[in-house]
Amino acid sequence: MTVFEPKIIAFCCYYCAYSAADLAGSMRLEYPANIKIVEMPCSGKTDIRVLLEAFERGADGVYVLGCMEGDCHFLKGNLRAKRRVQEAKKILEEIGISGKRLEMFNLSAAMGPRFAKIANEFTERIRKLGPSPLNKNSTIKEEE
Amino acid sequence: MIVAESKPLTEVANLIDNAKKVLIVGCSGCVTVCMSGGQKEVGILASKLRLLRKKEGNPLETVEVTLTRQCDPEYVETLKKYVTDDIDVIISMACGVGVQFLAERYNKWVVPGLNTKFAGGTTEHGVWEERCGLCGECILYKTGGICPIIRCSKSLLNGPCGGSQEGKCEINSEIPCAWQLIYDRMQALGRLDLLMEIQPPKDWSKSRDGGLRKVVREDVKLDE
Amino acid sequence: MNNSKMQQLLSQGKFLVTGEIGPPKHANPERIIKHATELKDYVDAINLTDNQTAVVRLSSIAASVHVLQAGVEPIMQMTVRDRNRIALQSDLLGAYSLGIRNVLCLSGDHQSFGNHPMAKNVHDVDSIQLIQIVKNLRDKKIFSCGEELKGQEPRFFIGAAANPFADPFEFRVLRLEKKINAGADFIQTQVVFDMERFEQFMAMVRKRGLHKEAYIIAGVMPLKSARAAKFMQQSVAGITVPEDIIKRMERADDPKQEGIAICVEQIKHLQKIEGVAGVHIMAVMWEDIIPTIVKEAGLHNR
Repeated sequence: MTVFEPKIIAFCCYYCAYSAADLAGSMRLEYPANIKIVEMPCSGKTDIRVLLEAFERGADGVYVLGCMEGDCHFLKGNLRAKRRVQEAKKILEEIGISGKRLEMFNLSAAMGPRFAKIANEFTERIRKLGPSPLNKNSTIKEEE
Repeated sequence: MIVAESKPLTEVANLIDNAKKVLIVGCSGCVTVCMSGGQKEVGILASKLRLLRKKEGNPLETVEVTLTRQCDPEYVETLKKYVTDDIDVIISMACGVGVQFLAERYNKWVVPGLNTKFAGGTTEHGVWEERCGLCGECILYKTGGICPIIRCSKSLLNGPCGGSQEGKCEINSEIPCAWQLIYDRMQALGRLDLLMEIQPPKDWSKSRDGGLRKVVREDVKLDE
Repeated sequence: MNNSKMQQLLSQGKFLVTGEIGPPKHANPERIIKHATELKDYVDAINLTDNQTAVVRLSSIAASVHVLQAGVEPIMQMTVRDRNRIALQSDLLGAYSLGIRNVLCLSGDHQSFGNHPMAKNVHDVDSIQLIQIVKNLRDKKIFSCGEELKGQEPRFFIGAAANPFADPFEFRVLRLEKKINAGADFIQTQVVFDMERFEQFMAMVRKRGLHKEAYIIAGVMPLKSARAAKFMQQSVAGITVPEDIIKRMERADDPKQEGIAICVEQIKHLQKIEGVAGVHIMAVMWEDIIPTIVKEAGLHNR
């Protein structure tokens, strides 16, 4: 039996998700090692091109974590991010990579468990979708 | 500004056919302001095309350059060092003017990355609206600063037609009736009398009907 | 050169009745000839629409000639949507040479309503400018460009449309005045359902003395069903249908009879309004009902 280990990039807002990740760690909550965290000053820094390039460089899934709606440190950064993620999802569909490989979630700095839950669920989603069509030589290792 | 929007990705992909290396050229003029062909959009198109080609197993190399303007030969000239022998296709992300200026200057297959839409302005962030029909002879002084040539769906000069209802055009309830706007404005300005003058047929020879139009200013020419 | 019979009748003070035929979407004129023959003894003239709702149909010039040959006076409709000033003037000369004497100058429905929404619209001139062109050809013997017309000039009786139900309401009478100033001899109005608003409109017309400068012919339309009435109310730009008409149509046991009855009442009402010189009965796809309406309105054998 083989299992596919997806590469997942999580773009995390400094004011919520990044701290939530710390909290999840200190709470000793488990989340998959597949997640690679990239810190952002605000989810409003989300750039369609960067999202696309993450896939180009080998990601099987990408998600953006921003503050709860209405709670953005910069007022509306997370709302801007939401629209850009929507647009990038459409682009992925058009290219044939599936928009389901990209998502945006909202949480607060106090939500360590939610951070871990998102990481688990998203990893599971991508695992089910299989490797990105761009990653023909994905790591598929033998399950022990 | 000239307002443009990007062509669908599949169309651009077809336009470059089986090219191995493309030069994608942006413009820092109008299309940067209307967010369709500036540095950022050049980057996104390049990434989209590379992703698409990678998925098809036919990798594409992209070179991205954004010029100050594509409608001025001195800036078009600065592209020279990027137009190397191995470039198969140039994608111009400017308006139709830019596409033609690049095609005139460089002996390469030049394709448009955008559809040039109209001369207009920003009404809110992310929304652009047409304002000028580039008809060659401005009549806005007759209509209170509202252009019936381009904003009336029938270009009436003695409007409104019988399809104006509740301030909207008959063709679409989203489109304001230009003549209702003109009427309201003339009334507010106390100039309704002007609307009673019968406007004669327009001289379209000043518009697009005679081949390419030219403006020459002897006072600013540089030749001796 | 014989002149417009319609013009003679109006100048004699006769209350005019005109009908309308929409030419077919094919090249067989039989139906036009059949309707014209049926209507011959009931109407004074028949409008032939020019690709109405921007759907390709047999041309209004050809249709007018068929009607003429059937012994009825045609009113050729001419829109500025599909022809530039060269084609319009050429067709005016041609139409006159074929015996057509009345022309109704229109903007035309927008091409987006028709079966070729991707067509380029022309709108080189607008309807008021077309009126002026027809008038100048007739009275000044000059083409639109100012060049002299040498030889027989087309002597059309010039019509224009008015829509009292479109907006801005206050400007509707002024626009009518503009059309008359441009040279309109007669006016055919949009279908009148809202009699109150029409009365208001006519009061404004009389106040400016416009009814003495042009013959105003009011449009009517027999309704076939409550559904048709609602469609007119909701979906046709520039037409208002009052609620009580819709209710009458809904309550009627025989909606067609009720539609005819309403139409006849409206004609009788319109006859009493000062300044209304006639009625234009628009019964497109129901042309054979026109004789009944004319008889019931007491306008037969006047």
